[in-house]
Amino acid sequence: MEAFTTLTGIAAPLPKANVDTDQIIPARFLKSISRTGFGKHLFANFRYKEDGSENPDFVLNQEPYRKAEILIAFENFGCGSSREHAPWALLDFGIRCVIAPDFADIFHNNSFKNGVLPVKLPREVCEQLMEDARLGGNARLTVDLERQVVVRPSGEEIPFQIDPLRRHLLLNGLDDIGQTLQHAPAIDSYEARQKAAQPWLGGA
Amino acid sequence: MSGQKPRTLFDKIWDAHVVDTLPDGTALLYIDLHLTHEVTTPQAFDGLRQAGRKLRRPDLTLGVIDHNIATDASRYTGIVDPESRLQVETLEKNAAEFGMPLIPLLDDRQGIVHVIGPELGRSLPGMTIVCGDSHTSTHGAMGALAFGIGTSEVEHVLATQTLLQKPAKNMKVEVNGNLAVGCTAKDIVLAIIGRIGTAGGTGHVIEYAGDAIRALDMAGRMTVCNMSIEGGARAGMVAPDETTFEYIRRTPNGPKGEALERALAWWRTLPTDPGAHFDKVVTLNAHEIVPQVTWGTSPEDVLPITGVVPNPEEAADEARRAQLRRMVEYMGLTPGQRLQDLKIDVAFIGSCTNSRIEDIRAAAAIARGRKVADGVRALVVPGSGLVKKQAEAEGLDRILTEAGFEWREAGCSMCLGMNPDKLTPGQRCASTSNRNFEGRQGPGGRTHLLSPAMAAAAAIAGHLADVRDFQPKGSV
Repeated sequence: MEAFTTLTGIAAPLPKANVDTDQIIPARFLKSISRTGFGKHLFANFRYKEDGSENPDFVLNQEPYRKAEILIAFENFGCGSSREHAPWALLDFGIRCVIAPDFADIFHNNSFKNGVLPVKLPREVCEQLMEDARLGGNARLTVDLERQVVVRPSGEEIPFQIDPLRRHLLLNGLDDIGQTLQHAPAIDSYEARQKAAQPWLGGA
Repeated sequence: MSGQKPRTLFDKIWDAHVVDTLPDGTALLYIDLHLTHEVTTPQAFDGLRQAGRKLRRPDLTLGVIDHNIATDASRYTGIVDPESRLQVETLEKNAAEFGMPLIPLLDDRQGIVHVIGPELGRSLPGMTIVCGDSHTSTHGAMGALAFGIGTSEVEHVLATQTLLQKPAKNMKVEVNGNLAVGCTAKDIVLAIIGRIGTAGGTGHVIEYAGDAIRALDMAGRMTVCNMSIEGGARAGMVAPDETTFEYIRRTPNGPKGEALERALAWWRTLPTDPGAHFDKVVTLNAHEIVPQVTWGTSPEDVLPITGVVPNPEEAADEARRAQLRRMVEYMGLTPGQRLQDLKIDVAFIGSCTNSRIEDIRAAAAIARGRKVADGVRALVVPGSGLVKKQAEAEGLDRILTEAGFEWREAGCSMCLGMNPDKLTPGQRCASTSNRNFEGRQGPGGRTHLLSPAMAAAAAIAGHLADVRDFQPKGSV
């Protein structure tokens, strides 16, 4: 996983609540066995018309947002399925940070595991940031994970909260499995106890 | 362990599975059963391969093919779609390479992952169960802690049989009283989501309690727990009781003999202690619930079948007005229109929410001696090969096909628009599945969520219909 420290880039406004994972990446595009290549299908039902041509009304088809690295939306972003293809599609498109008032639990988890930073900020702040984003290409936002602030084009800094362990993993691009395997002796002894106490596990 | 402090069902299962605790309070949680399917695992096995890691506990892992396969007879001659075929073959190859047990596609036990786990007796009380699918919450009906995970977490469980987790908060949803005639578990859970909203359970595990929940059979409890994620909760659960134990005794792979006696002794200690703390409590009266149907594009946009399409302009704030306008437009509706006047093109009875034998029986009871309306395509997709066999043994397939329903092979089918069973743009579907999101059942498709009996009634009427008009009172 690529580390996330500071990101300065174009932010795209998506003023919608309950942006679900079927919107982020419809299920018909989940047949790939790789982690990459999903970017072209990001928000496919909005980005493309029925004939496959681009829908010019959708924000990611407009300049400068084709190069957006940050997405700003409203409540309950990422609700729905557990598909990790959602953060993979965002990442593959080039979006490494989503700012919203809150996130659905599984999407929130999946994002961290892929170096996509979900930033929770109150709705009023998201609305202000969307106004900044609407100024276009010269109005870049900075998301500084080290200092836990979003910097507006005006220079105003907005602090955000984040779980310290997740911040640590993201700042260093660390994979959880390596970390967990350091606890292998504890897992071994748990399994030994469990085998004695619950012999029925593992099926008849 | 928290000593004498009263604990919830969730607390007890959680405490019993903590392997280690990190300095910040994150737990390393042991996973007793990891269910896998073709869509969310290829990248996880790839990760193992690249890191030279093994599958730690093949005996606690079980694979099945369900999401992307066709539900017609074509599976017997080979999967037609090349991408689907590659995904299925990849799962088969990974199962062989890593030693993971896999139910073959052409096996009676094949079916939707959330149907087969309980059915085979692999999903049991007190367990931690995960799968790369958000409807893993279904297995909570067994009295287990079961939740959906992403592919990175799938890889983590494959390699370590554990997950790094922060404890969730406890939420209780209590449903008291008796359900009215024509109402089912699906109506209960839709009414709950209508009450709490799609983010009402975020950060929580829901325990469903109350005599209306207790009175449900296991299939009904699975329907309720299944849709917990539609209320934002990763997991939903029902305390195990005699209904649960009786169900387990009939499963092929559940514990038997002395192992069962030992298991029962532990399972009986699992229900929430009196006085245990819940961070949030919601109470509903079962007798106030009438048959439910969603009208919009979020499961919280649900109404009694007797209702009318809401007027977006009456919503409290502009953001909500804009959202409702979009829903009304997408769904092809007019404010004030009676829900029962909405003509349907398709009826879908299936999915991990409603494809068990009890669901098929409910649909057949309405279909018996009636005909699907002209111009309506009606599909019944059993949740597993075993459900299919049982239904055929009971003659339900004949009742359904004589009424004009298609009787299909087990799979996820039209729930999610990733296999050949899809809506075409503009089609309206009465569906027993779990999500009515835009495009969920196919681009431009319009989904109304409801119970199996309500879906069968809609298929016959040709429009959304009140199931209570389809039978004399008391015959359910």
